[in-house]
Amino acid sequence: MFETVMKLSLLILALSTLFYFYRLVKGPTVPDRVVALDAIGINLIGLTGVTSVLLKTNAFLDVILLLGILAFIGTVAFSKFLEKGEIIENDRNQ
Amino acid sequence: MSLLHLAILLPFIMALFVPFLYKWFKSVHTGWFVLLLPVFLFIYFFRYINPVSSGSNTYSTVNWIPSLGIQFTAYVDGLGLLFALLITGIGALVILYSIYYLPRAKEQLHTFYVYLLLFMGAMLGIVLSDNMIVLYTFWELTSLSSFLLIGYWHTREKSRYGALKSMMITVFGGLCMLGGIILLYLVTNTFSIREMVTQAPIIMEHPYFLPAMLLFLLGAFTKSAQFPFYIWLPDAMEAPTPVSAYLHSATMVKAGIYLTARFTPVFGLAPEWFWLVTGIGIITLAWGSFHAIKQTDLKAILAFSTVSQLGLIMSLLGAGSASLHFESLDNKMFSAAVVAAIFHLINHATFKGSLFMAAGIVDHETGTRDIRKLGGLMSFMPITFTITVIGAFSMAGLPPFNGFLSKEMFFTSMLKLLEFNLFNVETWGILFPVLAWIASVFTFIYSMIIVFKTFTGKYQPEKLDKVPHEAPLGMLISPIILASLVVLFGIFPNVLSFSIIEPATASILPYLLEDGEQFHVHISHWHGWGPELYMTLGVIGLGILLYLGLAKWKLVYKLFPEKLTLNKAYDVSLRGLDKGSLKVQELYMTGFLRDYLGYIFTFVVLMTGWALFSKSAFTFETAGNAPIGIYEIVLAAVMILGAVTILFAKSRLTSIIALGSVGYGVALFFVFFRAPDLALTQLVIETISVSLFLLCFYYLPELQKREKLPFKLANFLVSLGVGTVVTLIALSANSQRVSETISSYFIENSYKEAGGKNMVNVILVDFRGFDTLFEITVLGIAALGIFAMVKLRLSKGEES
Repeated sequence: MFETVMKLSLLILALSTLFYFYRLVKGPTVPDRVVALDAIGINLIGLTGVTSVLLKTNAFLDVILLLGILAFIGTVAFSKFLEKGEIIENDRNQ
Repeated sequence: MSLLHLAILLPFIMALFVPFLYKWFKSVHTGWFVLLLPVFLFIYFFRYINPVSSGSNTYSTVNWIPSLGIQFTAYVDGLGLLFALLITGIGALVILYSIYYLPRAKEQLHTFYVYLLLFMGAMLGIVLSDNMIVLYTFWELTSLSSFLLIGYWHTREKSRYGALKSMMITVFGGLCMLGGIILLYLVTNTFSIREMVTQAPIIMEHPYFLPAMLLFLLGAFTKSAQFPFYIWLPDAMEAPTPVSAYLHSATMVKAGIYLTARFTPVFGLAPEWFWLVTGIGIITLAWGSFHAIKQTDLKAILAFSTVSQLGLIMSLLGAGSASLHFESLDNKMFSAAVVAAIFHLINHATFKGSLFMAAGIVDHETGTRDIRKLGGLMSFMPITFTITVIGAFSMAGLPPFNGFLSKEMFFTSMLKLLEFNLFNVETWGILFPVLAWIASVFTFIYSMIIVFKTFTGKYQPEKLDKVPHEAPLGMLISPIILASLVVLFGIFPNVLSFSIIEPATASILPYLLEDGEQFHVHISHWHGWGPELYMTLGVIGLGILLYLGLAKWKLVYKLFPEKLTLNKAYDVSLRGLDKGSLKVQELYMTGFLRDYLGYIFTFVVLMTGWALFSKSAFTFETAGNAPIGIYEIVLAAVMILGAVTILFAKSRLTSIIALGSVGYGVALFFVFFRAPDLALTQLVIETISVSLFLLCFYYLPELQKREKLPFKLANFLVSLGVGTVVTLIALSANSQRVSETISSYFIENSYKEAGGKNMVNVILVDFRGFDTLFEITVLGIAALGIFAMVKLRLSKGEES
């Protein structure tokens, strides 16, 4: 029973990722895609969590934390890139 | 290391010291020091005449590369000794001549004598080596030193052209010869020529016989300037005259003759050998003598005459090989051809040497070698005139000089070929004496041209740069000695017969003699009223008539347009090769990376695909595969979508994001397949590389084209092929495992042996830490490289 529920939620998460992916492909603007990517990252966290429950292991908890950090950093980087046109401002060039 | 080896290597050792002698003794002409060496060597080799003529040959062996069967075996027999005496004797005379010919003040004497000594040593090495690899080594050394000597005045365009041409042709022949040597080695398993001669019947039967023979003949014909490879010799006349006299008349061009003579016992029984050697020889003789007449440069006439005389010797050697078909010496006429070849070889070295030196004197004292400018020099240069007359008359075959004797013997041998009834000689054999006779008429004419156009007729002081006068005595010594030898061998030919000619004949034609028997060598002036004498009388008569009417029939040469000569063919083919290879290169080296990738991928598809299907290696086995869950299918669909998006994206940013999603998908797959460490690393690396892509894109220009990338069928096919082939290989590799995996060892031992529970990390740092070390190195190099690229910005002027 428990396993069926878990598999079902895994399927739902996967389908949700697919739909986010549709947004990612379709656009139409770049911020749309960035938000989709961010959401895919969060979906990945969910997928990883459910999978580790299914596999009965805690080896993937690091991955969840890392995904959280990276999704944040990635989104910030993209946003900054869209805002300023660069990610790391190089003072020496000024 | 015996004294004999030392004698061969002495010129090389001497060559080391020549530059020092040149620098330290500024007041003495370097040639005087160098002169001592060939004189000493000549005396040394002279002492071999007694043992060799009594039939005892000397050899001694030094191991060079024993594991490959390469020994430096020095071997003195009749043939080798004859050549060694020619090389050292004429070498000494040429060096003496060069002392007066090349002034110390103007010339780079040290380089000249270093090259000359290198050549002399190499030449001695050729004729005294028994091991074929050693022979080949010295053979190439003569090509090389001849190249250096022809290009001695390297600031002249023509010298460089001549040097290059001779190098190309002789090295081509040398490499062919190396091929022949290797083939012979495969047949007989030895590099020693003496052992090879004993195995001659085995070689005859072997399928490699014909290719080996042809390759050897290519080597001999290119070196000895036979038709059609003679074209380098006239261009080699840009060398200083002592070099022309030494290399291009007396020694190097006879290396091919030596090779032919040396290998006659090995190949001589074959009909191809007889036809090729005799036929090419006689064609070269006729062709060379015919073309010598139209030359206007003294040295060019002499070069063509050398070509033709070498053809004469070659054809005699071919005729001599006929004697191998007879068990005994009953039919001694064909071995007489070999005797004639050797005798003419000696004669040619003497008279051609003296003629070249005389031409050099004329050039040196008048400033030109053009016979149209020369004339009437007889009263100015009586001694040179006398030398030229002796040399040229001997070349023309007039009594009482030695050329007369060898020409008579040549006619005898050619006539005797008519009686030879093997290899269809009876049908075409009549051509041999006819061509020989015609060529002798031409030889007579150009010999007369050399004498009379230069020394008689009208004196034309206005065309000469210098006031002509007789050469200094030192310059005259060498040609006088050679001319005296011409007369001496002419009047007393039998001083040579049993001392040198008979042992040399014995080494060309071994096994024909019983123990203690000797070849019949008797050269006499008067041999009765035979057909040869009438032929000679005919040559003289017709020659005089044609010489007197030269101006009238010289127009014949206009029939041969400049465009159809072999030189032109050489130039055109060389240029064509240049242009052709450039075109081929431009065809495929487009400079576009996409084209090269196309080649690489096409070949990957074709080769691996071909291997896969020709070996019918494709299998597809589903047993043992894990079940596929629905989330794996979904994830795979996501990744496929991402990959397709990259292909069809209109903006770069879309491609990047799609690429990132594919990377994250891979990370998720790692999660599904229970690889936490990989998933962690993949996530971090994917994020970093996506940000790096973003960093790069900022500096790239806006993606201008809004439209789709153009569809290219070839690219589509190649990528489809690569994908298909790789998939097929992966499927079949998965379907047929050769053995069990070794992973159980790591599972059992990672805690027991290495004390770690994380197996991946234990493998990375314990079991296979070596790989990790170098991965770290790769990262370090990449980081340093990026730092250097960013920091080190040389502007265009500062490059390099």
